[in-house]
Amino acid sequence: MERKTKVEAAAGTQDLFVTRKFDLPLELLFKAYTEPDLIEQWMGNKVLKLENKDHGSYQFETTDPRGNVLFRANGSIHKFIPDKNIVRTFEMENIPFPVHLEFLEFEKLADQTSTLTIHIICKSVVDRDNMLKMPFAEGINMAHNQLQKIMS
Amino acid sequence: MNLRRDVFQAIADPTRRAILLLVATQSMTAGAIASNFDSARPTVSKHLHILAECELLTQEYQGREIYYHLNAQKVREVSDFLEPFRKLWDDRFNKLEAVMKKHRSK
Repeated sequence: MERKTKVEAAAGTQDLFVTRKFDLPLELLFKAYTEPDLIEQWMGNKVLKLENKDHGSYQFETTDPRGNVLFRANGSIHKFIPDKNIVRTFEMENIPFPVHLEFLEFEKLADQTSTLTIHIICKSVVDRDNMLKMPFAEGINMAHNQLQKIMS
Repeated sequence: MNLRRDVFQAIADPTRRAILLLVATQSMTAGAIASNFDSARPTVSKHLHILAECELLTQEYQGREIYYHLNAQKVREVSDFLEPFRKLWDDRFNKLEAVMKKHRSK
């Protein structure tokens, strides 16, 4: 499959760029970020709060089937311009990762295509690197646990 | 054991990176590796131990000598550490696209 999502993270910087081209009109792509029931469908999170406006805020959470909270994140929406951009903070709760800043830019390519660029700025170079490594580390740990299960 | 920290701490050290480069082309004994550095032999041994522990180096016993060589598989995993992060976002965005296409056709 074509690699549609690009991740750029220059060494020694606090920045991270995630870019994706979608086979969706711009309005539909933007809607995916603003309607709680749609967000819940593609992100798999419950939307506890979402105020799409300047100086608004949001809170998402994921629970297991028994209702235990597995993940909860929140942030302030600094700027909200429909079909153009969202500037917000993002912070995971109960995790030793500091808050980061996100610039989401939505652009029309053609009638049926659009791009989203997320520019993330972390508190420090180390924090950014830790965030990048998290899925990699989880992959290794999963393989490691799998191995331990097989060996024991 | 915290694998995440170990592997990345292992390659964060310049001496350890130099060791990896050194053994990339040929397997070497600890003595031969140490002769390339000004550091004391026990210091180099400690670096070798760390690199072996996180599987960046593999040890091979030949008689009384231990030869160290590069575990290319492991090095590739580390150098490609961004891929799982990219994949995570790619999966998430694929889902977004699918959800929105379904939403549009309603």
